[in-house]
Amino acid sequence: MHQFILLCWASIVFCVTGFSQNTISGKITTSELNALSEVHIHIGNKTVSSNEKGTYSIINVPNGNLNVHVSHIGFLPIDTIIELKSNLKLDFMLNRNVALLHEVVIKQAESTTTKSVFEQKIKRETIEKYSNLSLGDALREVSGVSSLRTGAAVVKPIINGLYGSRVPILNNNVKLEDQEWGTEHAPSFDINAAGKITVIKGASGLQYSGSAVGGLVLIEPLVSKIDTLFGKTILNYDSNGRGGSISSSLHKGNTKGLSWNVLGTFKYIGDRESPNYVLSNTGNREANCTADFKYSAKKLDLTGFYSLYHVTIGILSASHIGNATDLYNAIETKIPTIVRNFTYSIQNPKQEVQHHLAKMGATYYQNENTLFSFQYAFQFNKRLEFDVRRKEYENTPALDLELATHTLNVDFKKIHHDWDIKSGFSVSYQNNLASPLTAIRPLIPNYTQFDVGLYSILTHRFSKSFLIDSGLRYDLSTINAAKYYLKSSWEKSGYALQFGHFVVGESTTQWLVEPQFSFQNISAYLGFLKTFDSNLNWFFNVSLASRNPNPSEFFSEGLHHSTGIIELGDLRLQQEQSVRISSTLQKKIAGFGLEINPYFNPISHYMFLRPTGFETTIRGAFPVWEYQQTNALLFGIDVESHWNWNKKWVQNLAISYVNGEDVSKNEPLIDMPPLNLNSKIQYTNPKWNNVLLSLKGDFVFRQSRFPNTNFYTDISVDGNLESKLVDLSTPPSAYQLFHFYSEMKFKTFKNSSTTLVFSVQNIFNTEFRDYLNKQRFYANEMGRNLQIQLKVNY
Amino acid sequence: MKPYKSLYIGLLLMFLFNSCNENTPQLVNEDELITTVEVTLKSNLQTILLKSIDLDGNGPAKQVISVSEPLAKNTVYTGTIRFLNESVQPYVNISEEVLAEAEAHQVFFQAPAAFGTFVYDDIDANGKPLGLEFTLTTGSSDTTGDLKIILIHEPNKSNPGVSDGSITNAGGSRDVEVVFPIVIQ
Repeated sequence: MHQFILLCWASIVFCVTGFSQNTISGKITTSELNALSEVHIHIGNKTVSSNEKGTYSIINVPNGNLNVHVSHIGFLPIDTIIELKSNLKLDFMLNRNVALLHEVVIKQAESTTTKSVFEQKIKRETIEKYSNLSLGDALREVSGVSSLRTGAAVVKPIINGLYGSRVPILNNNVKLEDQEWGTEHAPSFDINAAGKITVIKGASGLQYSGSAVGGLVLIEPLVSKIDTLFGKTILNYDSNGRGGSISSSLHKGNTKGLSWNVLGTFKYIGDRESPNYVLSNTGNREANCTADFKYSAKKLDLTGFYSLYHVTIGILSASHIGNATDLYNAIETKIPTIVRNFTYSIQNPKQEVQHHLAKMGATYYQNENTLFSFQYAFQFNKRLEFDVRRKEYENTPALDLELATHTLNVDFKKIHHDWDIKSGFSVSYQNNLASPLTAIRPLIPNYTQFDVGLYSILTHRFSKSFLIDSGLRYDLSTINAAKYYLKSSWEKSGYALQFGHFVVGESTTQWLVEPQFSFQNISAYLGFLKTFDSNLNWFFNVSLASRNPNPSEFFSEGLHHSTGIIELGDLRLQQEQSVRISSTLQKKIAGFGLEINPYFNPISHYMFLRPTGFETTIRGAFPVWEYQQTNALLFGIDVESHWNWNKKWVQNLAISYVNGEDVSKNEPLIDMPPLNLNSKIQYTNPKWNNVLLSLKGDFVFRQSRFPNTNFYTDISVDGNLESKLVDLSTPPSAYQLFHFYSEMKFKTFKNSSTTLVFSVQNIFNTEFRDYLNKQRFYANEMGRNLQIQLKVNY
Repeated sequence: MKPYKSLYIGLLLMFLFNSCNENTPQLVNEDELITTVEVTLKSNLQTILLKSIDLDGNGPAKQVISVSEPLAKNTVYTGTIRFLNESVQPYVNISEEVLAEAEAHQVFFQAPAAFGTFVYDDIDANGKPLGLEFTLTTGSSDTTGDLKIILIHEPNKSNPGVSDGSITNAGGSRDVEVVFPIVIQ
C-alpha cells in the first residue's frame, strides 16, 4: 500500500508535462550594468530568481497577455504587461530606490497552507465577539464545525463529526500537546491571543501533522507588519454567570528591527443559569498571558514566544454521580439533584489546567523565493482534576498529569518557476507523568513518546486557472508506557499470552507492565484547484491519513469519575486509516457568494468507545465501555452563503450535515452532530457611527441516527429490585435559538477608537439540551445571556 | 545535508530515551477504596455476619457475598456496619472516616416489607441519622428476598423522607451499593 501511494504521488508530481510553448529568458542588471542576482521575477503564474550572472529563464509560458513583476531589495520594482507570441529575450535594468531610507527586508507573500482545500478563516473582528468564551465556541462560526461540550466552559471542536486526537490544533505553528484525547479536556488556549483562525478540513495540512483525520485548526497571533505601536483592551460583562473578562494587549510593529506583542487576559465568571435553575458549580476563572518578539534583519528573522494559559473550571455539581442507579435517577427526573443559590465560588468537582508554551525560531530568507526556518518549542501541561471525595482527600486531585513536550521543526520553502515546494522534518519527544499521590489509579499512565516526521509538499501551476497540489509525509512514532494493571483486568482482557513479555513486576493485586509500541505511517494528499472565468473556483482533494492509538485508547483501565463509566483501552489497537475525498465549489457574483463542500470519508480501524457490559462493584453497577475498532463511513455536506442585498443589508446562511455509519455493525456512529442550520441578517450603516445590528437564528435538529447504548440496571422499588432501562442513547429534541448583536464605533481621541457592543444570546430564554453536551443527562443548557462589551483601540 | 544529520542525532536521542526508563510508576495506594462491607446482626441467640468483598475495586473480578445463617422471625437484631479497605496492608477501616464525617453520609436499607423494620440507632451532629448502627425487628412470616445496603455520600438529609430512611429524595452519590440474599424463617 505504502509503495503504491509513493509511486502514484511521484508519478503525478514529477511526470507533469507542460502544454505551454514559449521560453522567456534574459538578464537583470543595475543601472551601472552590473549583473544582479537573487532578483524576484514573476511572469504570468511563474516565479524565478536570477542567478549570479544575473540571468534567468522561464519555460513553458503560454501565449497571451502576461503580467510581469521584477523586484529586488533596495531597487524600484518593475511592473509591466507583455504580449507573448513566441520565445522572448527580456532584459531588465533596475534603478536603485533612493527614496527608501530604510532597506526593506525580504518577506514572502502570505500563502495558504493547502491550495486544493478550501480553507475557512475566522477574522479578528469575529474572534473578538468570543472574547468572553472559548476557542471551541469561536470555531462554530465555520460551517461544519460543531462542539463537544462538558458544561458551558469545556468546549472541544468537532470538524465534520470528528474531534480530539483527530483534530490537532496549531497555536502559532506549534501543535498543542495538552491531553487532547479526553472528551472533557478543552484546548488550552486563550481565544484573545488569536489574530486569525483557519480551519482545514481533512488531512491535507501535512506540514503540521499526518494524523489529522478530522482536520486542522491553525491559530495565528495578531502581527503588525507596519511600523506602529498600538494597544487594545476588551472588557466584557455577561449577565448569565454575572462575570466577565478583561483582555489587554500592546503591539509594536516594525518593518525592520524589533517588533513585539504582549497580551494579558483575566476572566472571572460565576455559576451559569438555565432558564429555571442555577447550574451550580459552573463558574470558571482564567488568567493568561502571552509575550513575543521578532527581530528582522535583512535576510533573517529571529522570534521568541511565551504563553501561559491557566484556567480553573467548575464542573456541574449534579453531574457527579456514583453508579448506574444515580445515572438512572438523573435521566428520569430530568432535574439536577443539586441546585444551590448563585455563587462565584468553585467547589469540587473542578479542573485546574496550566499550559506553558515557549518557543524560539529563526527564518533565513535566501531570496524572495526561498526560505529556511527552524523552530524549537517546549510545552508543559499540568492537569489537575478534583473530584467529590471524603474530607481527607478534598484537596487532593483525583487526576494529576504532567505532560512535557519538546518539538523541533526545520522547514524549507521555495517558489521556483511554476512550482511551490515545501519540505521539512520534525522531531518531538513527549513525557507524561501521572502522580501517584492522588490515591486513585490513574487512567493515563506514565509514558514517553518519540516522533519523527518528514514531509514534502509540491504545488504546480499549469496555468493561471489550474493548479495541482500534492503532499507526502512519513511518520515514525514510538511509545513506551509503564503502568500497573489490575491482575484481574489484565487476565480478563486476555493480554497474558500476547503481551506477557511486557510484564516487569508485580504487587499482590497488580502487574507492573511496560508496553512498547512503534508505528510507521505514510500520509498523502493530491488535489487541484480550477478557476473558471465566471468567478467559480473548484477545489478537489483526496487525502490519506493514519492516526496511531493515543494513550487513552491504549491504556485506559478503570472508572472514569467524570462520566461514571468504566473505560477500557486495548493494547491490540492498530492505526486508524482515513481516506477523505472532498470538493468545494465556490461561486462569487456581485453581492452573492456561495460555497458548497461535500465530502466522503471512509475510515478503517476507526477507534471509538463502545458499551460492552457491566461491572458490579461494591459501589454498585457501572457500565463498561471499551475502545474498539470498526470500519466507519462518514459523509456530509457543508454549505455557506452570503448575500449582500445592498450596501447595508447582508444575509448569511450556513448548513451542515454529517452522516456517520459503523459499516461493520451496520449501525450509526455515536456522537455525530445533528443537521444544523444558521441564518443571520445584518445591517450596517457607516454614517451612524458604523452601527451594526444583526439577528441570528440557530436551528439544531434532533439527531435521529444514533446507536442504542441503553442498558438495564436493578433499581429498588418499594424494597424489591426491578430491572429498569437506563436511556443513555436517545438524543434530546431539536431546538431553535435566536441571538442579537449590535455594535457602534466611536472616535474617542485622535488615534483611538472605542467600540461598544451589546448582545443577547438565547433571546427567548429557551430551555434545551444538546446531544453533544456530556452533561445533557443532568441539566438544561444555559438560558438567556445579556452581554456588554467595550473595545478600546489606542 | 544538515537536516539528515539532525535527524540522525534525533534518532540517536530516541534510542537513548528508550533505553533509560525513568518513568516507572509508584504503586498507587487506593486508600479511599471500599472493598468490604461487613454487617453484623446480633440477637440474644444469634450473631449473623453478612459480608461482601471485592478486592480489585473497579476491576472485573466478581464480589464475593456471604450470609452466615438465616435470620429468625419476630426477633430484634442489633446491627452494625463496617466498611473496610482490605486491598492495602494493614486494612483501613473506612467506617471511622464515615463516622468522622457523619453529616456527609447516610446508610439506607432497602428490603421487602415482610423483612420487618429498620430503625437508625446513631445520629450526626445535626441530629440526623447516619446508619452505621441500627436495629432490625424481623417480621412474623417466613420470607426470602434481597437486602440492599446503600451508603450515600453527601445526601440531602433535610429533604422529605430522607431522615426516615427513604432514599428517593436523598440525592448525593452512591459510594456503596451491595445486595445480600436473606432468608427469614
